[in-house]
Amino acid sequence: MSTVKLTVNGKAVSVDVEDRTLLVHLLRENLNLTGTHVGCDTSQCGACVVHVDGRAVKSCTMLAGQAAGSNVTTIEGLAKGDELHPMQAAFRDNHGLQCGYCTPGMIMSAVDIVHRHGGKLDEETVRHELEGNICRCTGYHNIVKAVLDAAGRMKVAQAAE
Amino acid sequence: MGVEGIGARVVRKEDRRFITGQGRYVDDVKMVGMSYAHFIRSPHAHAKVKGINSAEAMKMPGVIAVLTGQQIVDDKVGNLICGWAITSKDGSPMKMGAWPAMAPETVRFVGQAVAVVIAETKNQAKDAAEAVVVDYEELPAAADIKTAIKPGAPQLHPEAPGNIVYDWHLGDEAAVKDAFSKAANVVTLELTNNRLVPNAMEPRAAVAHYDQAEEHYTLYTTSQNPHVARLVLSAFYNIAPEHKLRVIAPDVGGGFGSKIYIYPEEMVALWASKKVGRPVKWTGDRSEAFLTDAHGRDHVSKAEMAFDKDNKILGLRVKTHANFGAYMSLFSSAVPTYLYATLLSGQYVIPAIYAEVIGVYTNTTPVDAYRGAGRPEASYLIERMMETAARQLKVDPAELRKKNFITAFPYQTPVIMAYDIGDFHASIDAAMKAIDYAGFPARKAKAKADGKLRGIGVSCYIEACGIAPSKAVGSLGAGVGLWESAEIRVNPVGTIEVLTGSHSHGQGHETTFCQIIAERLGVPISQVSIVHGDTDKVQFGMGTYGSRSLAVGGTAIVKAMEKVEAKAKKIAAHALEASESDIVIENGEFKVTGTDKSIALPMVALAAYTAHNLPDGMEPGLKETAFYDPTNFTFPAGAYICELEVDPGTGKTSFVNFVAADDFGRLINPMIVEGQVHGGLAQGIGQALLEGAVYDNTGQLVTASFMDYTMPRADDLPSFQLSHTTTLCPGNPLGVKGCGEAGAIGASAAVINAITDAIGNNKLEMPATPDRVWHAIHG
Repeated sequence: MSTVKLTVNGKAVSVDVEDRTLLVHLLRENLNLTGTHVGCDTSQCGACVVHVDGRAVKSCTMLAGQAAGSNVTTIEGLAKGDELHPMQAAFRDNHGLQCGYCTPGMIMSAVDIVHRHGGKLDEETVRHELEGNICRCTGYHNIVKAVLDAAGRMKVAQAAE
Repeated sequence: MGVEGIGARVVRKEDRRFITGQGRYVDDVKMVGMSYAHFIRSPHAHAKVKGINSAEAMKMPGVIAVLTGQQIVDDKVGNLICGWAITSKDGSPMKMGAWPAMAPETVRFVGQAVAVVIAETKNQAKDAAEAVVVDYEELPAAADIKTAIKPGAPQLHPEAPGNIVYDWHLGDEAAVKDAFSKAANVVTLELTNNRLVPNAMEPRAAVAHYDQAEEHYTLYTTSQNPHVARLVLSAFYNIAPEHKLRVIAPDVGGGFGSKIYIYPEEMVALWASKKVGRPVKWTGDRSEAFLTDAHGRDHVSKAEMAFDKDNKILGLRVKTHANFGAYMSLFSSAVPTYLYATLLSGQYVIPAIYAEVIGVYTNTTPVDAYRGAGRPEASYLIERMMETAARQLKVDPAELRKKNFITAFPYQTPVIMAYDIGDFHASIDAAMKAIDYAGFPARKAKAKADGKLRGIGVSCYIEACGIAPSKAVGSLGAGVGLWESAEIRVNPVGTIEVLTGSHSHGQGHETTFCQIIAERLGVPISQVSIVHGDTDKVQFGMGTYGSRSLAVGGTAIVKAMEKVEAKAKKIAAHALEASESDIVIENGEFKVTGTDKSIALPMVALAAYTAHNLPDGMEPGLKETAFYDPTNFTFPAGAYICELEVDPGTGKTSFVNFVAADDFGRLINPMIVEGQVHGGLAQGIGQALLEGAVYDNTGQLVTASFMDYTMPRADDLPSFQLSHTTTLCPGNPLGVKGCGEAGAIGASAAVINAITDAIGNNKLEMPATPDRVWHAIHG
C-alpha cells in the first residue's frame, strides 16, 4: 500500500491504495468519481480519459502512483458549477451521445483536441484525433459535429476572456 | 406541433447527467458489505471438467468462497432456457442440450464459467482465481459450421445428433420448383454473413443482494428488459418467487440485443449473495464481453432466384446454415427462422419462396439477436442477390429493383408477413436524387483517370419491427407475449409520471415519451418524468428490442393517456358545469369549447385527489394503466446508396458519399431518429468493412479484444446524408414504425454492392478488408 497525494477537480486528496492500483480505479473506487468509465482492458476505447496536468490521458493506462503530485480533472470537474463547459453543451445540443457510456471520455478527449489544434480543426482532423475513443451508438456523425461546434464556442469564449 | 410536441427536435432531457458524469450505471452501485465475484473460465473450447481444487485459493487474503458448477446444480438452480420453440420440418421439436450457469461436467466454449471466487476486493478475487486448479480433459472441438456438420464431427450434446438443433423450413417448395421450371434466367449466390461481437461500450455487470430478514433479493443488472429477467430468474431458474425479487436496470450503456438475455453471471451473483450472506458485485471486463456476450449473425447461405424473360422475379430458394454456438441462448432459435426467413421477400413481388434453415451447434460463444437480428441477414442476402442478378442480366440494379417493387398494400408475402404500407419507389428515388445516381458514370470515369476504382451500391431494405401481436408470436412458438404496458400518474399538483415497461439504454425515451405527453396536453416536458427499469416501480413490461419501444410502448402510453384524459375531462366538465363533450385540452388547460371558461390541469388533478367535488360515483385519483398488444408488425423500409473508391494498389476502401432515405412513419423527435440511423449505419458498415469474430480450428476466439476485433472508429466512417419519406403506419395511433435497427439492416449490402461494382468482381465476403479486396482485384 502507498499513500498517493494529488489534486482532483481542484481539491487536494490523499488516498491509500495498493501499488498496482490504476488511476481510473482510484477515481472510481476511492473517490467515488464514477463519471470516468472503463470500457475495455487494452487501452483502446477511451471511456476512461481524464486530464492530467491539462493533457488527455487514458486513466486505465496510468498507475495511481504515477499521478502523485498531479492535477487531475475528471468529467465531474469540467463544468463551472451549473455552467456547462462549451464541449458538454455542444454534445447535448448536437445529440452527440446516446447511451452516455463513452461520453465522459469522449468529451475529455475532445477538449484536449481543441486545445491542441485551436481554430484549425476540420472534420478530417477531428475524426483522426478521435481514433482513441470508441463509441458504439452514434456512428460518430454527431460527435464530430459537436466537437467542431464546441471548437467555435471555445474560441469565442477565449476571445471574451 | 408544439415546441416540445411530436415532430420537434427537442434536445434530450437525459443528457445533462451523462455529460456531467452523473449517469448511474451498474458498476457505479455500491452496497454496504459488498463483496466481489471473479469467474474462472474454461481456456478450452471443449473439455471434461475432471476436478476443481480450491484449497490454496481459500487460504488467500480476502477470499470468502469459491463456488462451483456442481454446487449450483446441487442447489437446484435451473438451467438456462431458450424461450422460442422451433419445430423441424419433420415435425420434431428442436433438440437442445442443457446449459447450466456454471459447467459441472463439460465445457463447450472458451470462456464458459466453471467456478466463481467471492472475495473482499476485486483484486483479491482475481488473485485467488489464479490459484484455483481446474483439471480438464480436452476433447476435440467443432469450431465452425462446416466442421460441426461433417460426419464423425465432435458431438456437443447427446440430445442433438450431428450437432443439428433443427432443420426448419418455410414457404412452398413445390411452388418454387414450378417457378424455377419456367425461368428464363436463374441467378445463384453463395454468401457468408459474418459473426459479429455486439460490444456495447458498457460491459455487462450485476450487483446482487439477498436480504435474509425479508427473504428478498435485489439485482442491479445491465438489462434491456428487467421484467423479463425477473420472470425468467423466478420461473425457470428458481432464484426466488417474483414478489421476492426486484430487478433494476439503471442507466445501461448500450445493448444492441446483447443485454436482452439473462446470463449465467447474473444468476450466479444472486445465488452467491445468499450463499455468502453478502452483496456480490460482478463487473465483466472487455475480454469477458468478447467471450460471453451473445454474438450475432454467422450464417452460411446458398440462394437461387428465378426470373422470367422480362426480368420479373418468379421465385426464390434459400438454404441457410445458422451457427448457434455451444448453447441455445434465450431468443436464438427465433433469429434465423421467424426473424429471418419471413423477411426474404424484401421489397419485391416474389410469387414463390422456399427457405430451409439448419441450426448448428459449434464449440463457440452462443449466438443470439444482435441489432436487426435475422433481418440484416435476410436483407443482405436479398440485396446482394438483386445486385448480382442485375449484373448477370445486364440491367441497371436500381431499375431491376424498381421493376419488381411491391406497389400495392396491404401485401401478403409467401413467407407469413403482411406488409401494411410503404412506398418503395419514393425512398429509392429520394436516395438516387441525393447521391446524383445519374451522374455516377461520369464520376467513375474521372476516378479511373485518377487511378481509383469507383463503385456505387444500392440496398433497399425492409424489416418487421414492433414485434408483434402476442397471439401471432405465440402460435409460432414464442414463450412470451410481446405487448407493452404503461401507467400514467398525474400527481395532485399536475406533474406527470409515465411508467413504462420499455427500457432506454441510449434510445432517448426520457425525451421522446415526454413529447407524446406534451403533444396531447400542451404541457412542457419539464413537467413530465419517465420512470423505467425497476420492477418495483413499473408493472410488468417486455423491455426494449426489435425497434418496438415507440410502436408498442409508445402506443401503450397513448392508450393510458386516453383513459386519463377521459376521466380528467369528466372532472373538468363537472367543475365548469359544462357538457363533457364540449371540453377540449389546449396548452395544459381544459376549455369549454366556444367559451372563455377553462380550468388548468393542476386544478383538475387537485380536484381528483381532494375528491371534494367529483361527479357522483367517480373514484378519486388520476392514474391510469394500459396494456397494448399490437395488431401487426410494423414495416420500416428504405433505400441506402453508397458511393466509394477503392485504391487498387492497397485494396483500401474510401467513402465518397453515403445516403439514406428511410420511411419510419411519423417521427416524434427527428434529431433522435437521425442519431439512431447514424448508429445503425455504423454497425452495418462495420460489418461490411471491419468487424468479424474469428475462431481458430481449436475454438479459440482470436479476435477477443479491441486490439484484434476492429470496431468502427471515427476515421473509418463518413458523414451520412439522411432523408425521410413517409407513409404513416396504419397499425398504431402514432403512425410510427421504429428506427433503431434500420441502419444495421440495410447498410452492409450497399457497401459490398459498391465495392464489388468498383472492382468488377462479385465474389467478396465481409468484412471486406483491404487484404480481401486486394485479392479480389488481383487474384
